[in-house]
Amino acid sequence: MQQTRSVEIGTGLFVLLGMSALFFLTTQTTGGQDFSAADTFEVEARFENVGSLKDRAPVAMSGVTIGRVTSVTFDPVTLEAKVLFVIDSQYDQIPDDSDASILTSGLLGSQYIGLQAGGSDIYLEDGGEILFTQSAIVLENLIGKFLVNAGSSKD
Amino acid sequence: MKALIRDLHSTVLEFVRTFGAFQLFFLRLLRHTPKMLLKRPRLVIKQIYNAGALSLVIIMVCGFFVGAVLGLLGHNILARFNAEDAIGTLVAFALIKQLGPVFTALLFAGRAGTALSSEIGLMKATDQLSAMEMMAVNPVRRVLVPRFVGASVALPLLVAIFICVGLLGAHLVTIELLQVDAGAFWQQMRLALADKDIFEFIVKSVAFGIVAGLIAVWEGYNAIPTAEGVGLATTRTVVITAISVLILNFMITAVLL
Repeated sequence: MQQTRSVEIGTGLFVLLGMSALFFLTTQTTGGQDFSAADTFEVEARFENVGSLKDRAPVAMSGVTIGRVTSVTFDPVTLEAKVLFVIDSQYDQIPDDSDASILTSGLLGSQYIGLQAGGSDIYLEDGGEILFTQSAIVLENLIGKFLVNAGSSKD
Repeated sequence: MKALIRDLHSTVLEFVRTFGAFQLFFLRLLRHTPKMLLKRPRLVIKQIYNAGALSLVIIMVCGFFVGAVLGLLGHNILARFNAEDAIGTLVAFALIKQLGPVFTALLFAGRAGTALSSEIGLMKATDQLSAMEMMAVNPVRRVLVPRFVGASVALPLLVAIFICVGLLGAHLVTIELLQVDAGAFWQQMRLALADKDIFEFIVKSVAFGIVAGLIAVWEGYNAIPTAEGVGLATTRTVVITAISVLILNFMITAVLL
């Protein structure tokens, strides 16, 4: 009897340990981009170049994630990238002349959209569009420009 | 020449026959599983203890050092590019997607699989299984099913523990010893890992659990009932489990990539 009891306790401890490990893995190791709000509104922004921005990338304002990207498509008419993203509807007082830029978290991190507040009295609403955008900085272009400048300044 | 062809023919036929018998054996185990779980859960619990709780030490020690060495090696190479912050991502990807499930399954085959097949093989060699049949007790249901279920339940839990301890090992080595920033370590990992990666690890660990349990039970049940036969069955358990797990790992990775 004593023996079956210790077996049962051992099994119980093992299963609990395994379950908590599983729980830790499913909740703590993923979800850096786990923005999930019940109520959101959708905003559009057009960029000349989105770099490597992907679906589900975070949308941040002052460094706080307030939404996420839902689609990145190419508009064949205007020849621009069209990015749709949703913002948690509790943030309904974002001026509609705010500007959106594509930033990189850290040197090697993934790209996200950073919003910078404008000064307008009119707020962004569902279906609104952000007019002022700044493209992703493409490292190759930057190096290219730097090389051209370095070459021309020698003369 | 004719004899050679006949030989080859019978070898191929024998292989196909074994494979088919193996599948039927699996179905037979599955058919008895629900009834066994409801009527004799204690037998299953005992086997989860044998296969899982008793394997904890080897799994945790190995997991810790696998994680630690990944951290050490990854840091050494990433430091050349000044990208030490990505070490968390590297370790987590390696552990969760590949090393965790595969390594645990291989250790499990060595620690628990061999114990199962030699136990069942010895029961067969000492006519305990026949004795059960004489008493109208179905040995498949009484002996094999609890062991198979125990192994299949224990392995996924062991994999999760292995990965957690591995992450802890990598954390200690890279953050405490190599002075990587802890925030960067965990945050970069969280940004890089998606739910899909966790899904992959769950699929793999469940599949490996079933395969490892099934092979151990099958080899023990079909062992030649002599001392030599039982030894052979134990060896075959490790070899066949290792091969199947690695092939299966490749296939699941290819499908879920």
